[in-house]
Amino acid sequence: MTSLPEKTNKKLGLVIDLDICVGCQACATSCKEWNTGGYSAPLSDHDPYGADPSGAWLNRVHSYEVGEGAGSKTVHFPRSCLHCEEPDCVTVCPTGASYKREEDGIVLVNPETCIGCKLCSWACPYGAREYDYDDGVMKKCTLCVDRIYNETIPEVDRIPACVRACPTGARAFGDLGDPNSDVSKSVAKRGGYGLLEEFGYKPVNRYLPPRMGLAPGGDRVETPSPTASTVKPNGSAIERLFAWADQALSGKA
Amino acid sequence: MTDEPAIDLNTPVGDKVAKTTCYMCACRCGIDVHLRNGKVRYIEGNRDHPVNQGVLCGKGSAGIMQHYSPARLRAPMKRVGPRGSGEFEEISWEDALGLAGEWLGSIRKTDPKRLAFFTGRDQSQSLTGLWAMQFGTPNFAAHGGFCSVNMAAGGLYTFGGAFWEFGDPDWELTKYFMLFGVAEDHASNPIKIGIGQLKERGAKVVSVNPVRTGYNAVADEWVGIRPGTDGLFVGALIHEMFRNQTIDLDYLIRYTNSAWLVIQDPGAGDDGLFARGEDGEPMVFDKATDGFASAMSADTTPALTGARKLADGRTARTVFELMAERFLADEYSPEAIAEQTGVEAKQVRRIARELADVAFEQEIVLDQPWTDWAGRRHDKMIGRPVSMHAMRGVSAHSNGFQTCRMIHILQILLGSIDCPGGFRYKPPYPRQAPPWLLPHGTLEEIRPDEPLGGPHLGFPLGPQHLLLDGDNNPSRIDKGFSWDAPMSAHGLMHMVINNAAKKDPYDIDVLFMYMANMAWNSSMNVPGTIDNLTAKGEDGEYVIPKIIYSDAYYSEMVPYADLILPDTTYLERWDCISLLDRPISTAEMAADSIRYPVVKPDRNVRGFQEVLIDLGARIGLPAFANEDGSPKFPGGYSDYMVNHQRKPGIGPLAGWRGEDGSQFGRGAPNPDQLERYLENGSFFAHELKPEQAYFKHANKDYLEWAVEVGFRIEARRTIFQLYCEPLQAFRLAAEGHGPRQPPDGHRERIRKHFDPLPFWYPPLEESMLEDAAFPLHAITQRPMHMYHSWGSQNAWLRQITAANRLYIHRSLGAKIGVADDDWVWLSSHQGRVKCQVRLMDGVNPDTVWTWNAIGKRRGAWGLSDDSPEANQGFLLNHLISELLPEGGGGYRYSNSDPITGQAAWFDLRVAIEKAQDGVQGTQPMFEPAGTGGLPPSPEKVAYGAEFKGSGS
Repeated sequence: MTSLPEKTNKKLGLVIDLDICVGCQACATSCKEWNTGGYSAPLSDHDPYGADPSGAWLNRVHSYEVGEGAGSKTVHFPRSCLHCEEPDCVTVCPTGASYKREEDGIVLVNPETCIGCKLCSWACPYGAREYDYDDGVMKKCTLCVDRIYNETIPEVDRIPACVRACPTGARAFGDLGDPNSDVSKSVAKRGGYGLLEEFGYKPVNRYLPPRMGLAPGGDRVETPSPTASTVKPNGSAIERLFAWADQALSGKA
Repeated sequence: MTDEPAIDLNTPVGDKVAKTTCYMCACRCGIDVHLRNGKVRYIEGNRDHPVNQGVLCGKGSAGIMQHYSPARLRAPMKRVGPRGSGEFEEISWEDALGLAGEWLGSIRKTDPKRLAFFTGRDQSQSLTGLWAMQFGTPNFAAHGGFCSVNMAAGGLYTFGGAFWEFGDPDWELTKYFMLFGVAEDHASNPIKIGIGQLKERGAKVVSVNPVRTGYNAVADEWVGIRPGTDGLFVGALIHEMFRNQTIDLDYLIRYTNSAWLVIQDPGAGDDGLFARGEDGEPMVFDKATDGFASAMSADTTPALTGARKLADGRTARTVFELMAERFLADEYSPEAIAEQTGVEAKQVRRIARELADVAFEQEIVLDQPWTDWAGRRHDKMIGRPVSMHAMRGVSAHSNGFQTCRMIHILQILLGSIDCPGGFRYKPPYPRQAPPWLLPHGTLEEIRPDEPLGGPHLGFPLGPQHLLLDGDNNPSRIDKGFSWDAPMSAHGLMHMVINNAAKKDPYDIDVLFMYMANMAWNSSMNVPGTIDNLTAKGEDGEYVIPKIIYSDAYYSEMVPYADLILPDTTYLERWDCISLLDRPISTAEMAADSIRYPVVKPDRNVRGFQEVLIDLGARIGLPAFANEDGSPKFPGGYSDYMVNHQRKPGIGPLAGWRGEDGSQFGRGAPNPDQLERYLENGSFFAHELKPEQAYFKHANKDYLEWAVEVGFRIEARRTIFQLYCEPLQAFRLAAEGHGPRQPPDGHRERIRKHFDPLPFWYPPLEESMLEDAAFPLHAITQRPMHMYHSWGSQNAWLRQITAANRLYIHRSLGAKIGVADDDWVWLSSHQGRVKCQVRLMDGVNPDTVWTWNAIGKRRGAWGLSDDSPEANQGFLLNHLISELLPEGGGGYRYSNSDPITGQAAWFDLRVAIEKAQDGVQGTQPMFEPAGTGGLPPSPEKVAYGAEFKGSGS
């Protein structure tokens, strides 16, 4: 079976802010668009105009509710490979096609040596691997390895397609092994967490939790007293309003 | 690890980057289209573009599949089978244009109004409108009447702008943002970028929407309001502002008509109009001189309160007093509105306090001097950082116009229009309130072989501006600007087919439509619309004799047309996103843009605008044909974009004008103009100076510049109309005053709804139905990854949503005994639909909803007959009547706002029951409508396989 590097020089990964993600699917379709012509080309689609359209996607967004009643919340949850530090999907690979790069920690599949046995997809508890029925090989998020080092594109664009597209700025890319990177700092500040860490695969990607909003009727600001100090104590609301308006404006040019 | 395979990390994306403009929705974002060997490799957002600043949404990023859709039309077609059969024969462009020219030319020579030309989701209305004007028919509009005219007109009559789409919240500075129902498919990247910014800064986002999806899901506070009651909720907020004295009095005096005096003389012909001086201008009471003064003067100290005796002895009161009385009434108290809105009184009170707290305790001061309209210099710009945005959810109700006015007025009372942190106009807005533009198309104006005297759509100030004959007969086929919808500033596209089939108000000869799926998701009452499209008279001929339709795809409308003019995809066309039309400006820059053909069509198709210009020359429209009959724009649309002049020096594109390209706004046509656009990424942006950036409605530097570049006729400021006098002019007519009065049957409807101060009334349909029979509200939401009906032909997008469910509150599910995916019947007074449910918590308990336009008809959009869209997907449209129930007197009004004619999609009331028949599949089911001769769609897509490897 395939061995993992003893350590990686970097832990490249994504930080996804669930407080900001509106579920627009931009990360999913930009990923599909880039990768269907990139390292993993093509990402095949079956029955694309028929009864059961399906295809290989390296990133999917799920929208669902958590909780019930007044405390419930709608969550948009983008899901892709978490580039785990100790992924079983690599170690189960019988041919060495699945591997974790020593240089940056990206988990990749070598399509030349993948035999399509699907052991890796059974090993991954996150459902992050996608079998391409057309190509007969396994496909997965590459962190856009063919973008992030690509010297033919402007430096500012050397980021994964999903991060490049995200309209709300809910996605960030960087080295989570470096505590001083922007992504590590935002994880520290917001209490970012790894998905299902109890499985022990040490996922690298991090999610920033939604800030819980207010339930209807909840208070945020203290109720201030009426701003005008000149309110007459008596009279109807309308009399008080007019008196206030007159006084507030008197003497003004 | 030496055994890691070597991989090529430096494959070039493509061999060419073409910068053009997206058309996957209405946002018009800048895109970088990467091409390899002439094929589209990748589309990403243009980082320099003012609209999307580099990002791109889920639709835009799936553009490849739209461009290569198997539903693309291939050639001009002539119908050979009966309407609806989808049987066509392909014909040449010469034959197609010859036939269209013959049909159109003959009616122009006899009676131009026998053409009805309506253009759907058109982004070239300044061209299509000009064409219709030149033709001489009064029957033109785009889709605004069924989209958001309540928002546009409500805002324009109130303050010369509107949340949609003439302005934006000040995303960088606002601290409190209220979002009322928006269509989340096409208020896309700018709002997403903005919401991201607000959340990052910790500004509070409050969403008011019956459904908690999309933007509402990330809001800090969700107000799950009952549909159609936003006016009560906002009225209660205004009530609280008045009660707590948290309004900006200085701002009101400076920028609004709050101090103007209104005549109080019930029964008189000028009751409720402004008291005017000898110069005809409205008057205020000047405290400095203790007398009346012109409201236009800068040198007064107007009184906000107090009844005044006019020279003729009558009484006048200020707008402020009348408005305070309206909203301080008990009916707008938080307690009074709680039950109807479903919003607790304490929540209303708290939100009102929070708004006031942010507006007045957290004001923003920018060290930016500016000069006001009267020439007074101000050291600083003071902002009240509260902003609001609203669109379809408020617009698509029959009380939408007044509610839209109310939301804008709430923001005005807080002093937060075009100030730092507030709402900001996007140039060329603000206009005057209302804009100085009257509708054209009275019967006297319609003459054979003659253009119309002016644009079709405008802003009537009273009954004198309606398009009626002496017997109150409408001159427009959609009855726009008639007593049915006097202020229908965007027309009523949703009524055209119904009226034409009923020959009410008259019969037409040619129905000419562009990019509007009227035989399906763009119409109310789909079965009835199909009947109207296929209705035959006693002579066996179709009642609507000729239908010409232009679309890029085989949509449900195509089979009903007699002549098809196939349009291109967005990557194959010239286009012009003009400041004369719907601008792409931001608050800080005036901007426009183009599309250009980045790939060549591989089919025999032409951009619709090219075709329109060609047809215009063929039938001799003066703007498109020289006197000798030769075309004025032989180079087609791109020729027109550069060389057409609306007024001397003003044309479709504002950038790089003048012979040397140095002028913005005004200037001679520049033969190199398109080159300059292409060099700049297909857009032009002119940045405002910092001293022009705020208070544009009353900012001397801005106003004078706006005149210079042709945005405004004169530099006079825009005064916010809290009290809308034109409404009172209509009301007076209904009360029996003036030379033009509504027929008796219309009087009460006009009198009630044309209130010059905003108010709430129940949506019309529900007020005419028994509550118990249809206890629920039914509305649609827009999936962010689909733009109306277009997404289902997209192999990628339909993998995300291929069938829609009816979402209902968990408590309702328990009550009728259904679980996820069970089938139910949903019924309205119009009909019934069978669909599957999904239970949820984040929905108003009295509301059911579904995703818009996912349901498809078999045969259309290149989908197989067994597709989920056609077999489980459904439309609410089948339940929505285009007409209101008969209210007595035998007349049925359109199901629209009585003021603007805005289609009241969201007024729908329904009943729900579990389906007991055990049969799977949606109902009603329509017969397949052919496939237009298109080849079968592929069974597999492996797009990009050809790009694998080392690039070009």
